[in-house]
Amino acid sequence: MKLPTLRRDIVCRQAVELVTDYLEGALSRRDTRRFEAHLRACDGCDEYLRQVKATIEALGRVEPEDLAPETREGLMELYRQFLED
Amino acid sequence: MSDDELVRRLRSRDESAFAELVDAYHPSMVRLAQTFVSSRAVAEEVAQDTWLAVLKGIDRFEARSSLKTWIFRILANRARSTGAREQRTTSVDVSDESAVDGRRFDAGGTWSDPPTHWSDDVVERLSSGPFVSQVRAAISELPGSQRAVVTLRDLEGLSSKEVCDVLEISEANQRVLLHRGRSRVRARFENELAKQ
Repeated sequence: MKLPTLRRDIVCRQAVELVTDYLEGALSRRDTRRFEAHLRACDGCDEYLRQVKATIEALGRVEPEDLAPETREGLMELYRQFLED
Repeated sequence: MSDDELVRRLRSRDESAFAELVDAYHPSMVRLAQTFVSSRAVAEEVAQDTWLAVLKGIDRFEARSSLKTWIFRILANRARSTGAREQRTTSVDVSDESAVDGRRFDAGGTWSDPPTHWSDDVVERLSSGPFVSQVRAAISELPGSQRAVVTLRDLEGLSSKEVCDVLEISEANQRVLLHRGRSRVRARFENELAKQ
């Protein structure tokens, strides 16, 4: 029987798939250590994580569209009708 | 304004409480509904129906979740069934999808074409006003289920648990959709920056 790959280092293609679980705190302690060890040794994956964080930051800046006054008025009208019914 | 206070005022038919809720959540609700249905107009209708359901149901609200999560959950349910009637597929995404194009790794799985460094200036530009239209475009191109999760997590700032409550999905599924959505948006930014 083949030994499980417990001690094997992760490669870049695997590391990029672990980024979200890492940021979500969903990796086991052992996988977190392996992931961080990989990042320390790999500029490409370190940069990749940095880019994902920058992406999340940029997403967080997107505001919903402003509420149009006529939409708001329509909803307040809906409210008054609801109370009458 | 705390949820308790808002709920109390809504139950006592205080119109200003309803106005506050509309101001706070309606635009976000339309944005979320659009991830399930075909058009902005239909999303507005779904949001409007949701407000009626909120008014009818407020006496039964038990504060097991925040008021926002409760409202969003009603919205998501309605938007999902409306989307299903429109025959938009919002089925769970189970396809195999890599975060990064496999051709960028060598046979051993190491980068052969690693990401180009984003300087602090570049990172700042991503979050700047002029780039917002690119970010919106990137979000609108996501498959529906990824878009819903990214919208709730990264745009609305809900916790993973709240997102699972609103969309009625598991934590694991939530993470997969979030991962794929964020990965796609990063890749799109990378392409966009390479053009500039």
